[in-house]
Amino acid sequence: MSNNGRKIKSDWNLIGTPMRKVEGLDKSTGRALYTDDLVFPGMLHGKILRSPHPHARIVSIDTSSAEALDGVHGVVTGQDMPTTYGIIPWTPDEYPLCVDRVRYVGDGVAAVAAVDEDTALRALELIEVEYEELPAFFDPFEALEADGSTPYVHEPKKADWNGNVTKKVHLEFGEVDELMDGSDAVVEGEYFFEGSTHTAIEPHCAIGLWQAGGGFQRQDGESSGKLTVWSATQVPHYLHRELARVLEVDQAHVRVLQPLVGGAFGGKSEPFDLEFCVAKLSMITGRPVKILYTREEVFYAHRGRHPFHMKYRTGATAAGKLTSVDAEIVLDGGAYASFGLVTTYYAGQLLCAPYEMPAYRFDSTRVYTNKPACGPKRGHGSVQPRFAFEVQIDKLSERLDLDPIEFRRLNFIGSNTRTINELRVTSNGFMECLESVERESAWKDRFRKLPFGCGLGVAGSTYITGTNYPIYPNDMPQSGVQMQVDRSGRVAVFSGASEIGQGCDSMVAYIAAEELGVPLDYVRVLRGDTDFTPVDLGAYSSRVTFMVGNAAIDAARKLRGMVQEAVAEEWDVKPGEVLLAGGLALWAPDTERQMHVKEAFNLAEAKFGTLGSTGSYNTPKDVHGEYRGATIGASPAYSFTAHVAEVEVDVETGIVDVKKIWVAHDCGRALNPVLVEGQMEGSAYMGFGEALMEEQVFKDAEHGRAGLHDAPSLLDYRIPTSLDTPELQSLIVESIDPEGPYGAKEAGEGPLHPSIPAIANAIYDAVGVRMDRLPFSPPNVWRALEAAREADTLRKPILNPGAGAPTSTPELVPGD
Amino acid sequence: MSAATEIVRLTVNGDRQEVGVPTHFTLLETLRYALGLTGSKQGCDKGDCGACTVILDGEPTLSCITPVWEAEGRTVTTVEGLASREAPHPLQDAFDLNGAAQCGFCTPGILCSAAALLERTGDPTREQIKEALAGNLCRCTGYTKIYDAVEAAAAAMQNGASVGGASG
Ligand code: FES
Ligand code: FES
Repeated sequence: MSNNGRKIKSDWNLIGTPMRKVEGLDKSTGRALYTDDLVFPGMLHGKILRSPHPHARIVSIDTSSAEALDGVHGVVTGQDMPTTYGIIPWTPDEYPLCVDRVRYVGDGVAAVAAVDEDTALRALELIEVEYEELPAFFDPFEALEADGSTPYVHEPKKADWNGNVTKKVHLEFGEVDELMDGSDAVVEGEYFFEGSTHTAIEPHCAIGLWQAGGGFQRQDGESSGKLTVWSATQVPHYLHRELARVLEVDQAHVRVLQPLVGGAFGGKSEPFDLEFCVAKLSMITGRPVKILYTREEVFYAHRGRHPFHMKYRTGATAAGKLTSVDAEIVLDGGAYASFGLVTTYYAGQLLCAPYEMPAYRFDSTRVYTNKPACGPKRGHGSVQPRFAFEVQIDKLSERLDLDPIEFRRLNFIGSNTRTINELRVTSNGFMECLESVERESAWKDRFRKLPFGCGLGVAGSTYITGTNYPIYPNDMPQSGVQMQVDRSGRVAVFSGASEIGQGCDSMVAYIAAEELGVPLDYVRVLRGDTDFTPVDLGAYSSRVTFMVGNAAIDAARKLRGMVQEAVAEEWDVKPGEVLLAGGLALWAPDTERQMHVKEAFNLAEAKFGTLGSTGSYNTPKDVHGEYRGATIGASPAYSFTAHVAEVEVDVETGIVDVKKIWVAHDCGRALNPVLVEGQMEGSAYMGFGEALMEEQVFKDAEHGRAGLHDAPSLLDYRIPTSLDTPELQSLIVESIDPEGPYGAKEAGEGPLHPSIPAIANAIYDAVGVRMDRLPFSPPNVWRALEAAREADTLRKPILNPGAGAPTSTPELVPGD
Repeated sequence: MSAATEIVRLTVNGDRQEVGVPTHFTLLETLRYALGLTGSKQGCDKGDCGACTVILDGEPTLSCITPVWEAEGRTVTTVEGLASREAPHPLQDAFDLNGAAQCGFCTPGILCSAAALLERTGDPTREQIKEALAGNLCRCTGYTKIYDAVEAAAAAMQNGASVGGASG
């Protein structure tokens, strides 16, 4: 455990203790307002017409009958907003509404605003679109083989390129082939990670309000208006920029408000068609316009986890040290780029800890297909390779007769080091994570020793705590916070952080209360409005606690300094001797000497004038390698996780019953352990759902309309209910990161990763059957059991620890 | 375009209401659009997620698939009606204290299911809690903190005490 910057718990009054959330009671009393709860005078309701074809040219669109319908106030098509956008500035490949081509069933082609939803829906039926159908690509391998004889999903960027390729990354570190050849054991496997989607319970919703006139001018002098958009987004700042660019409104005249967001998980982390449509429709109608996605539309908007087709070769010495890792990955990207450029890198870049790899190569290719676009889902780009790799390690451990926890310990990369791809690792509590799950699950007494059908499996992982480089290159801070104190003793925190349920509004309040010594209920968090909060880049890549937390500490300490100085002057003592805690200012040498914090604030205001401060945080730069792509995956800190899962497999039905998951996570420091546990449990739950139940799949021509989503509802797309979910036990590990706020790192995404491989490895321990394809649903497991029965391998594996070197030459473990 | 409307009479959170709504309105639409009670949420509008759960004559009910005329003359309690004038419902306090509401979007429905459970069974087992919440999807919490909160509220209600202390 790193001691850098370590403070003992008693140094803090609030940090590290269970606390309520600032909006907790609002949420439990029904007062909390989400975007769809807002209503404005004269508000119209919008609906989007969506393509029934997976791939087609738009020949013509006739909106005249829709426009003539009583109650319809505005209709827009792609021609009204012919500018491409995209979250990654280098790959803008989407129009707010399709201009000349549709690329998946569900792609938007027109939108209407009407007095109510029913009228809007009737109007959609009156819009006539003539399509010329094109052959579609559903399989990424077929898309890769396309020769251009039929149109690619997107125009190739160069004449002889395959337009179905979004991005190709090939990176190699160390002597991959030599070390592989020299390995005592090599395991080779093929894995498939089925795509999955976020299914936040709140569907996407946005409201646009255009105010014409008022003397607003564009930069070019043309008259402009003012645009306000409320949206259930995770990225108000990026939305702000893209709205301004696509709709040609001066950024200074665009305001984005973010009411509370009802869950996101990556599914709301880029602009969506509805946000542009409500804005444009409001510009046309002069009235506020709301669009609420139906649940079905949420499935089309998607941006969920990419299906990954993966091949891994992993080598080790007889003593159990990893030698070389070689990976080949094809990502099925769907119709648009989304974050795909980053996903293609993450597919390889984030695998290089917590184990030391002497050599590593990965080749990853993201392919466009005519399906809803994939993007970032909790554990962006790294959950899929982690599944494959942790199963590979399980296979290697078995081959070498090593306990898989022992194998992981042997290969621990350590703290304050660099990975093979030159990412800087600082604090690292992975060993404690392993120890916790080993102890709590009674691993030593039970692994390979439970009766046939019952098993334990382990897996580990790492994840970024934000990214060192923002999405659009700039040198400004990644996070900012503004604070002011008033004469009542209250502290107002202006925070641009995106509250999506993870508790970031509370996090800044805890910091303000801690640093300024006020009771937590003296803190007000003013949030979710680009007009008055400093920029924060958004709730993605697990960046918020680290970055906004550090910015909040910066702002609070500036104010604290002023208050200390004013009180010190009053008492004629040194400013450093003035403590602010528990609603009081106290003199450290004799804490009987004290005053109410309100009085202290008043002294400071008298001395310095109105009290306010700003704080900011920017990431460390130049802590990465020199190669192209080296910045992707570079993070100020990495979290570490280990899980043990316990399962019972019914060999007759293929039903896997996950009894329990032990979740140990190194979050640096738990600012509020209740919220950290909530993230750990929610992550493990989500991983469990992907492992056992969830499938984002599409119909083929024999079973309906090719490319149509197979299950766009919360009934048919099965996510775990209370009855499905296993017992989850969180075990917090604190490595106290030297650069994190009070030592904190992320907890929102890392703890998802190991759930899936831990369950796969537990299934193997139970019945000796490898599950290399997701999901481990009864039909899939049953098929694997049948195959094992036929091959006469359906039995409890045997652990023979310490047997040492493999007895035979490296034998390949065949994938399927 | 105005659809045919009708007058519906129902009691919502203790208030007798007479409200004119389109005949095809669901109870959820009536609550949210006609009465401005936006606490009950719409997660799917198809009866799949439970976010719209309200208590109809003591029974947890999916208001998004309940035609409003089915509520005619009956008594509805929504999340806004759980608290007393003096204090939040022990469940509401326990949810806050135990971190049982992350994004909070499932919370109103879960609270209604849980409140109906505690009316029936003062001291439910964890299995009974799981059963009672099986129709309420939560995508954030993994349910663990929700069980903790329901148990804490049940204990508090048994003892006639409040759940939590001061904040922070
Ligand atoms: S909104 Fe009623 S069940 Fe989902
Ligand atoms: S708290 Fe977000 S869905 Fe339950």
